[in-house]
Amino acid sequence: MRKNPADIIFSATTAIASLSVAVFVIGILYVLIMESSPAIGRFGIKFLISTDWDPVKESFGALTNIYGTIITTFLSLLIAIPVSIGIAIFVTEISPNFLKAPIGAAIELLAAIPSIIYGMWGLFTLSPIMSRHVEPFLKKITAGIPIVSILFQGTPMGIDILTASVILSIMIIPFTASISRDSFNLTPPIIKESAYAIGATKWEVVKNIVIPYSKIGVFGGIVLSLGRAIGETMAVAFVLGNNHRIATSLFDAAATITVTLANEFAEADNDIYLSSLFYLALVLFVMSFITLAVAKYFLIRAERKYSR
Amino acid sequence: MKNILRLTLLAALVLSFAHVNAAETLNGAGATFPYPVYSAWAYDYNKITGVQINYQSIGSGGGVRQITERTIDFGASDDPSKPEQVQKDKLLQFPAVIGGVVPVVNLENTHPGQLKLDPESLCSIFLGEIKYWDDEKIKKMNPQSKLTHSEVTVVYRSDGSGTTAIFTNYLSAVCPAWKEKIGAGKAVKFPTGIGGKGNEGVANYVKRTANSIGYVEFAYAKQNKLTFTQLKNSAGNFVVPGFESFEDAAESGDFDPKKDFYLWLTNAPGKESWPIAGATFILLAKEKTDANKSVVKFFDWAFKNGDNKAKELVYVPLPKSLKDKVRAYWKEKGIF
Repeated sequence: MRKNPADIIFSATTAIASLSVAVFVIGILYVLIMESSPAIGRFGIKFLISTDWDPVKESFGALTNIYGTIITTFLSLLIAIPVSIGIAIFVTEISPNFLKAPIGAAIELLAAIPSIIYGMWGLFTLSPIMSRHVEPFLKKITAGIPIVSILFQGTPMGIDILTASVILSIMIIPFTASISRDSFNLTPPIIKESAYAIGATKWEVVKNIVIPYSKIGVFGGIVLSLGRAIGETMAVAFVLGNNHRIATSLFDAAATITVTLANEFAEADNDIYLSSLFYLALVLFVMSFITLAVAKYFLIRAERKYSR
Repeated sequence: MKNILRLTLLAALVLSFAHVNAAETLNGAGATFPYPVYSAWAYDYNKITGVQINYQSIGSGGGVRQITERTIDFGASDDPSKPEQVQKDKLLQFPAVIGGVVPVVNLENTHPGQLKLDPESLCSIFLGEIKYWDDEKIKKMNPQSKLTHSEVTVVYRSDGSGTTAIFTNYLSAVCPAWKEKIGAGKAVKFPTGIGGKGNEGVANYVKRTANSIGYVEFAYAKQNKLTFTQLKNSAGNFVVPGFESFEDAAESGDFDPKKDFYLWLTNAPGKESWPIAGATFILLAKEKTDANKSVVKFFDWAFKNGDNKAKELVYVPLPKSLKDKVRAYWKEKGIF
């Protein structure tokens, strides 16, 4: 078949456009590796397990940042997953039709709010509420319980891991909720109707049919929100307290990789400091890459299952 | 309708040409601390002369880097470059305006300027050695204040900043333990406390956290009505932060043009000097004579006409003697 020249030009442009994405990713990785090479040379792999972050003595380690990133992400997922799945179940199975659209719109609006606004809101509104009401309450009810009470030690100031995790969870709920909703909607109605026909309750249908049928898709959604939580910067920078320490209490201040980068990049005035920040960015790049790869893997598996 | 469209286009065209023709533009970047006063000066200067001055507050470190790479006409930095460094990068350096850093507290029944602190106790608090407000050292200095047995919360700047550089430089100057354990810099490893982002972040944390102590630029303490403290200076007097005590510090400081004015104003020797003051500096590329002349013209204008504006924004203008020294420095370098 003879090709139309316009068609060839069209194909070539789209091909170049998509290839450029790959070029950008490789370019970014290249720059990160090049810029961090002095720090890699000096600190090596020990960078990942050192808790020291001392710009004056030029001694840098990423562990406190990695720890802060993982702990806030984990806690935010702990809060967000049940809420999101609850929203998804309500919207797909329980809610009357006239409520579905407004709730859906509200969730999508939540996703559209810029993260800096979450940060400001967190600092001026959420953090005082946490420090005055929520945290003293948590401290009171956990007092005396071994191990658990360690998590709630210290003065509740509202500038801590707990507040940051709550903000993060609010930010990722829209992602998890809308992907879960879409997955739930993929459950073939005929199976659900059959279940209702043999007398199953709503709870039984959700538990035994909808969730097992869509769990892989939901899992993919969770990992995607995990990716977002790992990379989130501004919302966390305001309420986390930015302290390079391994915190044991939820009321302690901590630092995440992104927050450290945002805070210290502009004023990093010696080469090894700057290079260490690039090294930190490289660590984040690898972490995000792994997360997204895992998410992709599960989503592809889910799609295969449904198409069968 | 069409006519209106044409007219708008024409107007846009004319305006854009006018913009291109509108005299010269000077680009500067650097410290965030003097940003409000530089932009206020630039606005007034533009109205009078038509010269456009773009100042981007990207941080002192960024300012130094950009002027070293010659991407801007002038850089601004809160922490002075050492004379060797200025020589090496072929730069010129002079002070432009003075500011002060003040400790601020959130204590019940304490009004601004009431609580007295000496360098030793301030240092111990930030080292985490003084844990409660009713510590003997603090009590002794403040017999009339009712200090309770409440835990001290230290608040520091989490982002790298000139404010932190001035503050830690002061602590290193007055407190050997601090110098040895922590050191001075734009970002240091604070042994205790929580970190706020920016002056406004620290101001906000202190305002909200009972029994806390932090440090901010004086302007922020004023604007946010924070409770600043008195400090014992190197002459042994307790001083209240304010224009007078900052000015006294500036006057007692020995700015040396031969060292490109490299000087930390911390722990100044004057009788009434506020001990944590600092000048903020302008950096120029030595070989760019023409651009430098324009920049210097702007600062000369600001030295003459900008004092009131600076004071309005709670900055301290350079004392007259220092302005003259700076002008002599410009003349010597052939840019004035």
